Amino acid sequence: MSLVVVRTGMANLASVLAAFRRLGVEPEVSTDPQVVRRADRLVLPGVGAFGAAMQVLRDTGLVEPIAAHVASGRPLFAICLGLQVLCEGSEESPGVPGLGIVEGLVQRFPPSVLVPQLGWNLIRPTEGARYLDPGHAYYANSFRLPRLPEGWEGATSDHGGSFVAALERGNLLACQFHPELSGVWGRRVIARWLEAEPVCEPTGVPC
Amino acid sequence: MLTSRIIPCLDVRDGRVVKGVRFQGLRDAGDPAERASAYEQQGADELVVLDVSATPEGRGNALDTVRRVRAVLSIPLTVGGGVKEVQDGVALLEAGADKVSINTAAVQDPSILGRLAERFGAQCVVLALDAAARDTGGWEVVVRSGTHRTGIDAVQWAKEAVHRGAGEILLTSWDRDGTRSGYDVPLLQAVCSAVTVPVIASGGAATAGHLAVALRAGASAVLAASIFHDGDTTVAQVKRALMTEGLSIRPGWEPNKGEAA
Repeated sequence: MSLVVVRTGMANLASVLAAFRRLGVEPEVSTDPQVVRRADRLVLPGVGAFGAAMQVLRDTGLVEPIAAHVASGRPLFAICLGLQVLCEGSEESPGVPGLGIVEGLVQRFPPSVLVPQLGWNLIRPTEGARYLDPGHAYYANSFRLPRLPEGWEGATSDHGGSFVAALERGNLLACQFHPELSGVWGRRVIARWLEAEPVCEPTGVPC
Repeated sequence: MLTSRIIPCLDVRDGRVVKGVRFQGLRDAGDPAERASAYEQQGADELVVLDVSATPEGRGNALDTVRRVRAVLSIPLTVGGGVKEVQDGVALLEAGADKVSINTAAVQDPSILGRLAERFGAQCVVLALDAAARDTGGWEVVVRSGTHRTGIDAVQWAKEAVHRGAGEILLTSWDRDGTRSGYDVPLLQAVCSAVTVPVIASGGAATAGHLAVALRAGASAVLAASIFHDGDTTVAQVKRALMTEGLSIRPGWEPNKGEAA
């Protein structure tokens, strides 16, 4: 099984790699479309600005390979900004289109709460969630997707109102929080995604 | 709702954890990776590593320390001490830090905050603000490990730093640091009400009661070094006490690990 981590920025990549290594997996880090195309499992991390991350994905020719990976039903794990670039766009970088795999626009937290959201927040999974269980997860974000779109399972948390903590469908898991920084609970989330037998959409049965 | 964070701090010199009041009379307090791992198992919400090496050789060891701590640590890691240029911050983030804290360099050239935030996002940039009371009232910024008073108003500096890109403030009372007499609550309140980013209270904690007071005064997190290093109490014991006080706390300790000193 090959696991490829897309290098969208620089910060925090070491934490993501360390988390997979602790679970016995040695990821390959790449921005090479050929490497991404042949990945069994793909990880899309991200720290930084929405526009800058999309720029990297466009410049490196990764928009199409990532979309093809998801369309083929192969497992994808998106983290933080990785979740946001799956959406249609973000208030952070107006006019910059996202990958459009998830319906919805990412918005800034309301001014009633401290921004960035830095710290541990409670995760409330939806009934059909496959990878997530209730617990505390670590967040470091100023923007979030306000509502779970139609057709997705996942989880919500509360910071100035409910927002999307995670999205999951089939073999795709996207977390707004940082599972790699969420202690033993986060390690279990990553392990579940690594160990889950890939399922076929839309039936949900093993491939 | 976010839980209140409890953050042990490791002062590291030449690759070893040290402890001492205001970095005088340093004593060896163990291996950074071993201490980091123990604190995570006790339920620490985050870890701060401050490199207090006095020499360039010692600072070179800091990157190695960060790599070793990162390999075992699955909670957030903030690293500070000696960040002078953007490139120093980049090196720490690449080695495995999730956030970098900047102190003296930001006072000398505040644009470093914006340059780091532009590249990595404000959530990676922590302003370490050391403040001391003025005789005339209010607080001023002190730098170079407290040896130099700048005359800059601490609350105004906090506001400017956030405007420039700091996503969090690590606020240390230089009057209270190492005294075990509790945090400087008026200072904390003044800074918390002036900014919209999380503030970590630091300097002076000796008891769970001190931590509770700071969290009620508006701190998003509390940093403590000596109370955990000395082994009189564990993070888990402190967290239990704070939960009893009605504060919102993530338990996080592993069975049988929280009790060990």
